[in-house]
Amino acid sequence: MLDYETLKLIWWLLVGVLLIGFAIMDGHDMGVGMLLPFLGKNDVERRVMINAVAPHWDGNQVWFITAGGAIFAAWPFVYATAFSGMYWALLLVLFALFFRPVGFDYRSKLPDPAWRNFWDWGLFAGSAVPSLVFGVAFGNLLQGVPFHFDESMRSFYTGSFWALLNPLALLTGVVSLSMLALQGATFLAHRTEGDLQARAQKAATLSGVLLIAGFAAAGVWVSGMDGYAITSAIDANVALNPLMKEVARVPGGWLANYGKIPLLWLVPAIGLGGALIAVLMVRSDRTLLAFAGSSLACLGIIGTAGVSLFPFIMPSSSSPRSSLTAWDATSSHYTLGVMFWVALIFTPIVLGYTGWAYRVMRGKLTGDYIRANDKVLY
Amino acid sequence: MIDPSVVDLSRLQFAATALYHFLFVPLTLGLSWLLVAMEAAYVMSGRPIYKEMTRFWGKLYGINFALGVTTGLTMEFQFGTNWAYYSHYVGDIFGAPLAIEGLMAFFLESTMAGLFFFGWDRLSKAGHLAVTALMALATNLSAVLILIANGWMQDPVGSAFNPVTMRMELQDFWALVFNPAAQAKFVHTVSAGYVTGSIFVLAISSWYLMKGRHLEFARRSFRIAAAFGLASALSVIVLGDESGYAVSESQKSKLAAIEAMWESEPAPAAFNLLAWPNEEKQSNDWEVRIPYVLGLIATRSTGEVLPGIREIRAENRQRIVSGIEAVTALEAMRKNPQDEAARARFGEHEKDMGYGLLVKKYTERASEATPQMIGQAAQDSVPRVAPLFWTFRGMVLIAFSMLALFAFSFWHSARGSFESKPWLLKWAFWSLPLPWLACHLGWIVAEYGRQPWTVHGMLPTHLSASSLSAASLWGSLAGFLGFYTLLLIAEMFLMFKYARRGPDGHDEPAATLNMANA
Repeated sequence: MLDYETLKLIWWLLVGVLLIGFAIMDGHDMGVGMLLPFLGKNDVERRVMINAVAPHWDGNQVWFITAGGAIFAAWPFVYATAFSGMYWALLLVLFALFFRPVGFDYRSKLPDPAWRNFWDWGLFAGSAVPSLVFGVAFGNLLQGVPFHFDESMRSFYTGSFWALLNPLALLTGVVSLSMLALQGATFLAHRTEGDLQARAQKAATLSGVLLIAGFAAAGVWVSGMDGYAITSAIDANVALNPLMKEVARVPGGWLANYGKIPLLWLVPAIGLGGALIAVLMVRSDRTLLAFAGSSLACLGIIGTAGVSLFPFIMPSSSSPRSSLTAWDATSSHYTLGVMFWVALIFTPIVLGYTGWAYRVMRGKLTGDYIRANDKVLY
Repeated sequence: MIDPSVVDLSRLQFAATALYHFLFVPLTLGLSWLLVAMEAAYVMSGRPIYKEMTRFWGKLYGINFALGVTTGLTMEFQFGTNWAYYSHYVGDIFGAPLAIEGLMAFFLESTMAGLFFFGWDRLSKAGHLAVTALMALATNLSAVLILIANGWMQDPVGSAFNPVTMRMELQDFWALVFNPAAQAKFVHTVSAGYVTGSIFVLAISSWYLMKGRHLEFARRSFRIAAAFGLASALSVIVLGDESGYAVSESQKSKLAAIEAMWESEPAPAAFNLLAWPNEEKQSNDWEVRIPYVLGLIATRSTGEVLPGIREIRAENRQRIVSGIEAVTALEAMRKNPQDEAARARFGEHEKDMGYGLLVKKYTERASEATPQMIGQAAQDSVPRVAPLFWTFRGMVLIAFSMLALFAFSFWHSARGSFESKPWLLKWAFWSLPLPWLACHLGWIVAEYGRQPWTVHGMLPTHLSASSLSAASLWGSLAGFLGFYTLLLIAEMFLMFKYARRGPDGHDEPAATLNMANA
């Protein structure tokens, strides 16, 4: 069996993979959802957009669900503390997501335009709100969140929902929103043609530029503010709880990892470069490359947040030693080991049949196809 | 101490969201296999009517599935939002099957569902059948994994407490997977889903037959549902009996409450067919008994004695006293890890620690518990009898009525005479809500019967909730109920509309149109 410290590191990477997988996969159908009312000028165009993701959105959403389950299994402290602390933020995400399954499946089952328009806006909310909140959450993680543990390791969150909506968090919210909009727009540009495709290309350019500007601004902001650092010795190879360390706030602390390993500067570079590739390629009609560039941007940007925070997952602003890190917020050695093998076996299988499903459903979607299959399509 | 109203509201919210979710799950479990059967008939016989059946029932399946996905989202996250201490305390064990469920079952189910609905023209006949079968398999896999998680709450095997991390940790993954409590629950629950799917098809087909519409279609659907339903109803009852056996091993208190058995009885115990439980007097005001039956069901023997509620409470009182020693020793150990005396005392009483935590409902410090508090905690250690007694009997009664319906339906479908039996068609139609009712009663028996624990013998419910305010809980509870109810109304509306419309030719694709530029 792998040693405990290695497994802790692997699970930090695996949760990262799940979040990036979520952004790439569910991100593109969420991007389509948030662009739906703006790019689709009539019912047929909207149905083209919806049916571009109809066979896949549900499978893609499982990246989100599995990320939740994996955090439960690998980082129970994080699952318990983050979701109960940011209670209303998570419920907001869930309530918004409720619109998606029903929006997709029920929208075109009645011909009434008001009914369809209602669900179109439902799909918009179900896509835009979670994208925004995820970004806001990362902005708050970077600043630290007010929570502490008592002696029995029960967590108490002492902030409010409104305090989560601070300026930096709103900026990271915009980064996340434009990142997934870019992901959706490049996907649409690849799967549609004609006017709709042209509008998707325009949306991709716009969201790409916004993403580059927002990500750069957030980078400058974060590099100038206080980060957190563990100041006591920590033995990552034994069972720990979060109260067994000392933590201090350090000016510019989120740059510490880049100082130690300069190669890590590649990660934010991939974020910026990916977005740039997406914009350039989508403008020259190389839509698949644009989508790949946008996916790289997701990888680089989420990676940047993770690498900057590492080993922190959720720093505590009110009780720094309660901060949750990749060393002391994890499951037991045994559980991390078992779950590592499970992930190793099943992730390639999942990727395999997901790829196959996209292959089966490949090709451009057109208005004629929608009209011809009026009753069986979404 | 956590605000008791927060605990109650959290329980209410979990019960409400879980029961809402389980309005959609059983139909998905059952109807998915019926779709496989119909499509297999299509692939083997090549007759288009079977394809029409698969597509029509598939459409209703989709309307139901959408809300299953919606309400399922909540379930994945609600342990964290509302049961944070539970999540911390047992996440090391309980989180694993949930994560595996996502990776093994949800991905497969959702990806195949997409191809099931949209892949008709893009896959070969056999390829599409394979997709349908994988979708059905995945829904059942998901049930296995969530019931492994639930089974562990009923009977926490393969794990131990770690004083450093202050939580329970997994020690034997295979013990968790092959937990007999989970296995019995799984077969019982999926069978209940198959019954639900069968009643759904049987009832709607009967309605068409009564109205004289879509006759050929309805006849074939009726036959398939009658056969599948009979097998499933037998299985749900036989395997429900098997979980009765499992329950008696791990949770004697649940069994005693279900049976309103206040006193230990000489073996083999009699079964209370009907009774009027009186919680205050700790006895039944009156009862109708069948000798020997309970002993046989619960112990599979004539010699084993089943403990009554009074005896269980007296025994638990001893365990609470011992458990308080473990809780106070643990507190001393956390203050001073070098305290060897405390460590020894903890080791001696560790197995009862969960019982010691029961008094924390009444006092912050377990060491300050008075005899009266201990008595109250012992009283709590068996759930209230009347709700369990009646929900269980309601469930069983419905199960037998559905078994009878399927028996008659199968008999007349074998003889080809069901169309001329209006009483049978009417009976089938009006049975439509019954499986849902039985499923919900069953979950109430299972989960209310586990009280006062979230994890039996280990973690009391009142310690498991998140540290939230009652105001937050009222808000979220109202939000869930309001939102879910609106969605349910939309779902029922579409379900009725599409069921009424029937398998019209219009619902078929106009022709085999290929996509432009594909």
